[in-house]
Amino acid sequence: MLIQRPSDILASEITSRALFENRRRFLRDAGLLLAAGALGSAGHRAEAATPAATRLGPLASSPLSTGEEKTSYKAVTTYNNYYEFGTDKSDPAENAGRLVTRPWTVRVEGLAARPRTFDIDELLRLAPLEERIYRLRCVEGWSMVIPWVGFPLASLLKQVEPLGSAKYVEFVTLYDPKVMSRLPVLDWPYTEGLRLDEAMHPLTLLAMGLYGEVLPNQNGAPVRLVVPWKYGFKSAKSIVTIRLTDKQPATAWNKAAKHEYGFYSNVNPQVDHPRWSQATERRIGEFRKRPTLMFNGYAEQVASLYQGMDLRANF
Amino acid sequence: MMNMLQTPGRTQIAWIKAALFALCLLPALRLALGWQDDALGANPIETITRASGDWTLRFLLITLCVTPLRRITGLNWLLRLRRMLGLFAFAYGCAHLTTYVWLDQFFDWMAIAHDILKRPFITVGFAALVLMTPLALTSNAWSIRRLGGRRWQALHRSVYGIAILGVVHYWWLVKADVREPMLYAFALAWLLILRAWWRELERRRQQSMPPPVPAYKGRVIRIVPTGK
Repeated sequence: MLIQRPSDILASEITSRALFENRRRFLRDAGLLLAAGALGSAGHRAEAATPAATRLGPLASSPLSTGEEKTSYKAVTTYNNYYEFGTDKSDPAENAGRLVTRPWTVRVEGLAARPRTFDIDELLRLAPLEERIYRLRCVEGWSMVIPWVGFPLASLLKQVEPLGSAKYVEFVTLYDPKVMSRLPVLDWPYTEGLRLDEAMHPLTLLAMGLYGEVLPNQNGAPVRLVVPWKYGFKSAKSIVTIRLTDKQPATAWNKAAKHEYGFYSNVNPQVDHPRWSQATERRIGEFRKRPTLMFNGYAEQVASLYQGMDLRANF
Repeated sequence: MMNMLQTPGRTQIAWIKAALFALCLLPALRLALGWQDDALGANPIETITRASGDWTLRFLLITLCVTPLRRITGLNWLLRLRRMLGLFAFAYGCAHLTTYVWLDQFFDWMAIAHDILKRPFITVGFAALVLMTPLALTSNAWSIRRLGGRRWQALHRSVYGIAILGVVHYWWLVKADVREPMLYAFALAWLLILRAWWRELERRRQQSMPPPVPAYKGRVIRIVPTGK
C-alpha cells in the first residue's frame, strides 16, 4: 500500500503569520506616513503592537494530515459560518472580536466517573499539541484544507473516565447575547453531538489553534471541535460544556430543519441535501468544482464506524 | 424647473435614460472590477451568483414600482423608463443563469438538468427566467403593434407571477436566515396589494356609474386615460 507522506514542513514553520502581517502593516503604515507627511498632517498614530504569545508550540506533525495544498489563512479566517455573529460569511470576522475568550473553562460532565471543569490554559497543556491538516467540507458545498492545532478529543474524555452507560457526547457552545446576535435564527445555544465511538475516534480533534496560532475568534476560539469526515456544522465552536449522555443529544441544525440536517451528517456524495446536490464541492481558491469524497476522504479510517447502517436513512 | 420635471422634453428624456442606463450598469461594473482585483472574497463565484440574483430581483421590483410611482406623483414620463428597467432585470437574470451554468457548474449539463428537475428552488428560478424571455423579446414598439395593446398587456402582466417565483426561489435557497428574502417578499406583496386595491377602486367606480346601454354586441372595452 502506498502511504503518502505529508510534507515535512509544518505550516507553522513557513513565514509566521504575525511576521507576515507585521511586514504588511509596516508597508501600509509607511505608506500612510508618507501620505500624512505629504498632506502636512500629523494625524497618524502608531498602531499598538499585536499581543505576543499567540503562537502555539512546539507542534508535532501527524500522519493523519493531508498533503493537499492548504487554503489561505485569509480565506480560512474571513469566510466563516458562525451564526452567533451574523449569517453572512464575512460577518464573523467583523463581529467576533467582541468575544472574550479568557478566562474560559470547559465543563466535562454527565456519565463520567470524574467529571470536572478544565481551564483553557490547563487544556492547552493536557496533551501534546499536534498540527493536523484536515479537509473541511461544508454542507453548503464548499471545502477548505485547514492546518488545525489541537489534540484528539479522546485525550480529554479519558481524563473524566466515561461510564459504561455513556453512549453519546453532547457539546454545548457559548451563547452570550451581550456580544452575539439575538436573532432567533437557530435555537441558541448552539449544541452538537456525536456518538461516543465517533468522539473517541483518533481523527476527532479538540482544536485550539490553526496555522500554528491560537484560534481566531471567528473560527471558534478558544476551543472547538473538528470532525473532518462530517459536514462542518458538526464541528461546534467555542465550547463551554461537554456532556456524556446515554441518549442521542439534540443538535442545533437538526432542530432547525430535521429533514435536512441529520444527527450523523457524514459527508456523503451519494446522499443529497434535499435542496442541493452533495456530489461535488468547490474548494475555496479553486475555479472548477471537484467530486466530493465519501466521508470527505476519510472512509478508510471511519467507514467501519457505520458498518451495516443505512447511510441514506441515517443521513 | 417644475415644468421640466412634469414634462421633460425629448433631449431631456434622452439624457435621463442615458444616466439611468449607466446607473443600472454599476452593479455589473463593480463585480467585473472586483473579479479583476480579486476583491470578491474567498468565494468569488458565490459572490457573483448572489449579487446577480439580488440585482435581478431588485430590478424586477424597481420595474414594478414605476406604475405606482407614476400614479402617485403624476409624472407620466416615468413610464418611458420602465422598459429599460425591465430589460435590466432580464439581463441580470441572464448573468445569474450564466454564472450558474458556466462558473458554478462549468457546463456540466447532466448536473444542471438534474438540478432543474430535482431541486425546487432551481426549478422555480429557472422557470422565472424562462418566463421572462418572451417579455424581454416583446419589449419593443413593433411587438406592441403586432400583438395589439390588450394582448401585449396581458402577456406582460405575467411579470407579477415571475416576481413571485423570483422571491420564492430566493426564500427556498437560504439555510435558516430568511430575513432578506422576507424583505423582498414584503416589498412585492405591497406592490401587488396596491395594484389589487386600485383595481378594486376602479371596479367600484365603474359599478357606481349608471349601467351603460348595450348599444352593440361584444365585449366592453375599458378605456384608461394615459395622461398624454
